[in-house]
Amino acid sequence: MNKLINGKTGDWEIVIGIEVHAQIISQSKLFSGSSTSFGSEHNTQVSFVDAGMPGMLPVINSVCVEQAVKTGLGLNAKINKFSIFDRKNYFYPDLPQGYQISQFEQPIVGEGKVIIDLEKGVEKEVRIERLHLEQDAGKSIHDQHPSYSYVDLNRSGVALMEIVSMPDMSSAEEAQAYIKKLRNIMKYLQTCDGNMEEGSLRADINVSVRKPGDELGTRCEIKNVNSIKFIGQAIEYEAKRQINLIESGESIKQQTRLFDPKKGQTRSMRSKEEAHDYRYFPDPDLLPLSFTDEFVEGIRKTLPELPDIRRKRFVEDFGLSPYDAGILVSEKETADFFEIASKNSNSKLVCNWIVGELFSILNKDSKTIQESPVTPENIGKLINLIDDGTITGRIAKDVFEIMIDSGDDPVSIVDSNDMRQVSDEGELDGIIEKIIQSNPDQVRSLEEKPNLMGWFVGQVMQETKGKANPKTVNELLNKKLLK
Amino acid sequence: MANLTELCLYEARDGLKNKSFSTKDLILDHIDAMESSRYLNAFITETPDLALKSADLSDDNYSNNTNRPLEGLPLGIKDMFCTKGVLTTASSKMLSNFIPPYESTVTNNLWNNGAILLGKLNNDEFAMGSSNETSFFGSVINPWKKNDKQAELVPGGSSGGSAASVAAKIGVGSLGTDTGGSIRQPASFTGTVGLKPTYGRCSRWGIIAFASSLDQAGPITRNVRDNAILLNSMCSHDPKDTTSSSKEIPDFESSLGKSIKGLKVGIPKEFYQDGMSDEIIKMWNNGKDWLKSAGAEIIDISLPNTKYALPCYYIIAPAEASSNLARYDGVRFGHSINSNDINEMYELTRSDGFGDEVKRRIMIGTYVLSSGYYDAYYLKAQKVRSLISKDYNDAFSKVDVILTPSTPNSAFELNEKCDDPLSMYLNDVFTVPINLAGLPAISIPSSKDKNGLPLGLQLIGKPFDEETLYSFANIIEESSNFESLDDIWWLK
Repeated sequence: MNKLINGKTGDWEIVIGIEVHAQIISQSKLFSGSSTSFGSEHNTQVSFVDAGMPGMLPVINSVCVEQAVKTGLGLNAKINKFSIFDRKNYFYPDLPQGYQISQFEQPIVGEGKVIIDLEKGVEKEVRIERLHLEQDAGKSIHDQHPSYSYVDLNRSGVALMEIVSMPDMSSAEEAQAYIKKLRNIMKYLQTCDGNMEEGSLRADINVSVRKPGDELGTRCEIKNVNSIKFIGQAIEYEAKRQINLIESGESIKQQTRLFDPKKGQTRSMRSKEEAHDYRYFPDPDLLPLSFTDEFVEGIRKTLPELPDIRRKRFVEDFGLSPYDAGILVSEKETADFFEIASKNSNSKLVCNWIVGELFSILNKDSKTIQESPVTPENIGKLINLIDDGTITGRIAKDVFEIMIDSGDDPVSIVDSNDMRQVSDEGELDGIIEKIIQSNPDQVRSLEEKPNLMGWFVGQVMQETKGKANPKTVNELLNKKLLK
Repeated sequence: MANLTELCLYEARDGLKNKSFSTKDLILDHIDAMESSRYLNAFITETPDLALKSADLSDDNYSNNTNRPLEGLPLGIKDMFCTKGVLTTASSKMLSNFIPPYESTVTNNLWNNGAILLGKLNNDEFAMGSSNETSFFGSVINPWKKNDKQAELVPGGSSGGSAASVAAKIGVGSLGTDTGGSIRQPASFTGTVGLKPTYGRCSRWGIIAFASSLDQAGPITRNVRDNAILLNSMCSHDPKDTTSSSKEIPDFESSLGKSIKGLKVGIPKEFYQDGMSDEIIKMWNNGKDWLKSAGAEIIDISLPNTKYALPCYYIIAPAEASSNLARYDGVRFGHSINSNDINEMYELTRSDGFGDEVKRRIMIGTYVLSSGYYDAYYLKAQKVRSLISKDYNDAFSKVDVILTPSTPNSAFELNEKCDDPLSMYLNDVFTVPINLAGLPAISIPSSKDKNGLPLGLQLIGKPFDEETLYSFANIIEESSNFESLDDIWWLK
């Protein structure tokens, strides 16, 4: 069911399509041998080709082609065995050739689909229109000098995949879920690191509104939104802006807009009339790409297990709930962590411990799972200590806290702090006897207030510093007090 | 000793091998010729110091018997080839200060084979033109004059400096580039031999691009043997140019003297043009007779789409050029006029840096690629181009070479056609289709017109069959008894 927005004139539906620019993981650029590593000194990773010097020619990097095909397969998409590189012509100081090499009419990957995961386990299919390869431009820097702009060409020529969705999303949440899913799939495939802060993943969002059942409205494109949070804000703002305009009798003009994260607003960048005429034509310096079926099948064989399949396996093999499995696979690293932790341990307990205790610690310290102070192996060992009765669930929390602070192995923590569970009936019996002797009033009141049994359990736990086996304690107390 | 510039490439090579003279002697004579022929304006940059330095190394190599195939031979290089550390301008104000930090693959191959750079040769700006009059550095003057010795003539273009220098015997050969006839037409106008190899035979890496799908480097020489020798050292498979071929490179020189007996020569009827001069027709007929006498069979053929070649070319070449020349924006290298506004900076830089013909082609190219016009112009031209290619494929299922005139006329006077671009473009009517089809073709001096000016015959070959072209060209050369230039009027 589509999420509707209530306006003055009734309900409105938002229609969203997204173009993602994903930087391909590769050692060198799409058409030159320059390095692609992020954060190097300005203009140090620039070949003569990247700088658009006279007489220089592009040569395709086959790794980037393989990565694009791999991503296409991961998106359940049609791989086009014949595709063409085109030139997209426009002038800008950070575009040294005066054109970007891209793919226009015949992209490397055609239609595909992505299943996005919404709240309460709801799934939705978003169709992919195409994926094509293109070069990135350099970077213009305007804030370093009062009257000059600088150009850094390190990024010039880096390989990008532009992934274009159909207008299948109808809320900010769906758009965010789409970006998360796409990013996750590419991380699984290791074709894009998905780092939005460093610009490895950038999104252009197309937003329009309409009354349910109407034809598509006029769209506005919001350029280069670089975080999941901002994507949500930009869509919410833009949809309301469009609804307000239409409801006050104006019409939407097709335009390109920018999102200002400080104000939480979008503003006009250029109108359709000001749009460039890119004068696309096939790049005569490059031959068309053409592959055999064997080439594509060879890449298909290298595909890793993707999140949807992994989730299914977690449910079927480990007995996890679809919801919990969904949480684990939504970040590849979390699912990897889980698999290591549960290798020799009770999977369900491991899952609960990760989703509960570990996540709350990570959230508190704003850390990712890769930065977890506790290794997955140690989580597994901790679970085993609980599972085989060596420690109580309560003690386990104490052990976990020590693990976070020290990073130590839980077994040695338990040993050196004498935290093993006390299940010995003789030892417990003595302790219980002592408590009964010292508290005759409570024993007497027990007949009227059966709840007081809990008080006795607490006393035993206090006496044993929480190490007493709660089951044994209950049995012994019942035997002694409820005759 | 006689002036060593009289020796052609292979004669100079043999003289050096036999130690009849030193490389230094040879280079000194060519430097003299270059300096005393400045009136022709063939060179933009002279590199005598570099040449003399290289001569010492070559002489060492000859004494140590470590001499390479072109050891010590002085060559002029069209200013479209990037030469490391040596000014490379494309004859444009835009690059009038550009010194490349790299060497083009083709020239690098020559230097690795021992050849010596004499200087950089004038051409039409960015190789756009058919008379060498669009150069920012001024027109090149054809060493040939009519019998009346009056008017000065153009050498053709765009490789006008390359052709004029070879005709004037400055250097033993030169390099040109040919996008629509830029080697063959000036060769025809100056009585020299000019070959455009098959597209992909020579690497385009480091050659300033005009129209990437048509550009090809080639040699201009005094005779066919020199041409074959030079081509051998130019071509290589270059991984830096995706369109360069990995086909095996034969020994082109050994195809000279091979029999053409039983081979078939196609004569395309579409190349007979209304108003074609009797002299051109006579030369063409002579050509047929010579080849027939050598045992070849003459066959009439049809290349039905020939009439569309020129319009097709003047869509595709400017389209590619408009994009290839976008990098000259004043931001990173070359001519630049500063402004506080980036768009104004582009406008000022490009208005001032490019000449009229280049601007004309950029505008045509931008127009034919514009949305709304792309299908009607660019896309249609690409379809026509395929049809033209198919014409030649079909023809080559019946014949081994095709014989045509190189140009519809001999060299014209300076300033005669400057203001009439259409009449200028018609000069390339016989050469342009060959670039569109990507085929090899050679122009060989074959006769003189009534004014005593050279006329060339063009032989067109199958893809990567330059060998057959050389075999045929050699027969035309031997049969024609073409007398090379003897009047050195321009010397002070």
